[in-house]
Amino acid sequence: MEEQTKVAEKSEKSGFNFKKFISKLGPLVALIILIILVTALSPGFIQPSNLLNLLRQVSINAVIAFGMTFVILTGGIDLSVGSILALTGAVTASMLASGTSAIIALLVGFLMGGLLGFLNGVLIAYGKAAPFIATLATMTIFRGATYVFTNGNPITGAKMNNSFLFQFMGRGYLLGIPVPIFIMAIVYLILYVLLHKTTFGRKTYALGGNEQAAYIAGVKTKIVTMWIYTISGLMASLAGIILTSRLSSAQPDAGTSYEMDAIAAVVLGGTSLAGGKGRIFGTLIGALIIGTLNNGMNLLGISSFYQQIVKGIVILIAVLLDRRSSND
Amino acid sequence: MKIEMKNISKAFGTNKVLEGVNFTVQSGEVHALMGENGAGKSTLMNILTGLYSDDGGEIYVDGKQTQFNGPLDAEQHGISFIHQEMNNFLEMSVVDNMFLNKEIKNKFGIMNESKMREQARFYLDKLGTKIDVDKPIGTLSVGRQQMIEIAKSLMTDAKIIIMDEPTAALTENEIAQLFEVVRDLKKQGVGFIYISHRMEEIFEIADKVTVMRDGISINEYSTEDVNMKQLVKDMVGREIGDFYPDRNPHFGKVSLEVQHLSEKGVFNDVNFQVHEGEILAFSGLMGAGRTEIMRSIFGIDPHNEGKILIDGKEVHIHSPQEAIKNQIGFLTENRKDEGLILNDSLRDNIALPSIGGFVKHGIIDDKSVNDFTNMLMKRLTVKAQSADVSAGSLSGGNQQKVVLAKWVGSGSRVLILDEPTRGVDVGAKREIYDLMNELTDRHVAIIMISSDLPEVLGMSDKIAVVYEGKITGIVDTKTATQESVMTLATGGSNDGRTN
Repeated sequence: MEEQTKVAEKSEKSGFNFKKFISKLGPLVALIILIILVTALSPGFIQPSNLLNLLRQVSINAVIAFGMTFVILTGGIDLSVGSILALTGAVTASMLASGTSAIIALLVGFLMGGLLGFLNGVLIAYGKAAPFIATLATMTIFRGATYVFTNGNPITGAKMNNSFLFQFMGRGYLLGIPVPIFIMAIVYLILYVLLHKTTFGRKTYALGGNEQAAYIAGVKTKIVTMWIYTISGLMASLAGIILTSRLSSAQPDAGTSYEMDAIAAVVLGGTSLAGGKGRIFGTLIGALIIGTLNNGMNLLGISSFYQQIVKGIVILIAVLLDRRSSND
Repeated sequence: MKIEMKNISKAFGTNKVLEGVNFTVQSGEVHALMGENGAGKSTLMNILTGLYSDDGGEIYVDGKQTQFNGPLDAEQHGISFIHQEMNNFLEMSVVDNMFLNKEIKNKFGIMNESKMREQARFYLDKLGTKIDVDKPIGTLSVGRQQMIEIAKSLMTDAKIIIMDEPTAALTENEIAQLFEVVRDLKKQGVGFIYISHRMEEIFEIADKVTVMRDGISINEYSTEDVNMKQLVKDMVGREIGDFYPDRNPHFGKVSLEVQHLSEKGVFNDVNFQVHEGEILAFSGLMGAGRTEIMRSIFGIDPHNEGKILIDGKEVHIHSPQEAIKNQIGFLTENRKDEGLILNDSLRDNIALPSIGGFVKHGIIDDKSVNDFTNMLMKRLTVKAQSADVSAGSLSGGNQQKVVLAKWVGSGSRVLILDEPTRGVDVGAKREIYDLMNELTDRHVAIIMISSDLPEVLGMSDKIAVVYEGKITGIVDTKTATQESVMTLATGGSNDGRTN
């Protein structure tokens, strides 16, 4: 019997390495190949100014996708992030436009995102609603609320641009590097530690791997679930603040279909939609792949209609590769 | 019909699973196939039914060399395989499940439901079972579903039926009923290949037995000419000594006491106590409420009345976290659904309930977690290459040890073990029994739910028997017999009820 066990482990090990390669290094290899390809076709891509521009473009999607990673690791989904972004952005903008101090306006907008995410969490953990359905509903409600709140018009105003702090968030530079990139990096570090170094992270994985087993092992599954959707909401509102600052205005239709880009980044990064498997590093790479595709195709002058087709195909290839590695 | 498998070998990659296996079965006999997990029984059966192709050897059906293209082909030639996991569609009706992919329909593709119902009833009647064929199959007991599987086999006119661990989830009464059906079909000329871990059953039902070990068929016997000791020796390749280790318990003070615990419609006025160092077995039929009582004590399910006392002090447990805080551990009956996170590493599984204790300044101290899991894996003799392999890659026995390690590690002083040796092979069973003894030597109190009567009698100090949600008696194991426990478990009378 011992021999049997050994044999089983051996095959496990060799399979493990292949899986490890695909799920951990696969996305990174894909990104590098993509960068080489784009650079070859359009040398301007590799210019520092363009790379900084790319990272700034990526930051909004990446921040949302970092939060989405936690949600997807539990086997859930959060479709409401785009609407949370719009609603909190509008609230922040209107407070600024009416002369509220920037610190308060930004803090209220940010925390409001957490509150809306918390609401999702309550619906899912205590209302036992399926995450897809619950967040589909709140996505629609929050979007509607944004239209009601803004009357369907963009919110702008001279007072908005009086605030240095507000402008700094989306348009500022620090040491020659756009501030959104710093925000993305800080958020990444915080969430990386939270996911991989704290008990909260372990519980997130356990919840996604087997909720019932996690519960019996003493994990407060409902509370963890609520926190995870709260984090997703906070990330959406943070992205909303960056976007509103970038545009100097809050658009009622801002963030439409951002949830799809965030989900795509998570999936491209090798995180399983079934939950329990994945890493936040993968999501960063996934977001960079999407950003590189967008940026590269823009440089190459490819029409945005074709860009969507290409993006879709890339996601399909990634998913098929992932399925092959996990079925093996 | 006679099937002869000669010199069958099979390798998956470089991993040789079968190396020259011989096996013969014919109509009208029950031939048991025994062996530990990983011995190659399932692979052999999958080769017979054509799911895998063999790398060497021949299969003869009635003297003619044959190779089936797949399970469907085998079925059409009269060989049907009833898997351990029945893969039923629980929401669909009995008749829909029975006719799945074999629907009777007219040339326009419209199904003839009345005819399917009629046939389903015909075959179920043949087995002497009354089952409402319009009920969703998930509402029936596992024993009933097993009968439906047999009816399905008969529907395909099976001459040889392969049964893989058919009794694993059946109650004593259901087993008796199953055996009656098997004997009856045997008389009608059906042959059976019967895969099982349970010794008692082999001697009760099988005519012949073949033992496999490490991909080789060791011996074939007539059941009359062999004893249990020899079979165990063949299976593990060594003598195991007595199947159950000696128990020399030293009881301390009362560790857990339950008073008047009730939950409407589930269990009623449950009273018992278990001492430090004691193993209290919970016996009874499946569905009697044993598991439900334990789930309530552990805080998974509620109770409306009663008290739980730990060390004489009343505690209020409404969730597993509170149970764990009170140093209770719970090995659930279904380790794949509730005990383990199969994709996660052994380390993450073992450390999960204790993880809060390894945090320094909010960050998990990975080194301490490593030391902790390595120590536990060593102590509980978990056989794995490292703590990094996934829990799903281990054998049943080793998985069970991982679950035990988890609860030993969380500092459990009361351990509830629900069917601790289900789906565990003989060698690992003995190791789990030894561990139970080791734990009680360290003053842990153990509550063991088991449907395996010899195990209950072999491994406990006291036996609480549950019947329809009530404890009908707590007896001293020394004076108990299978009959006395069974009598209590069936409400005091053996009227042959099923379900």
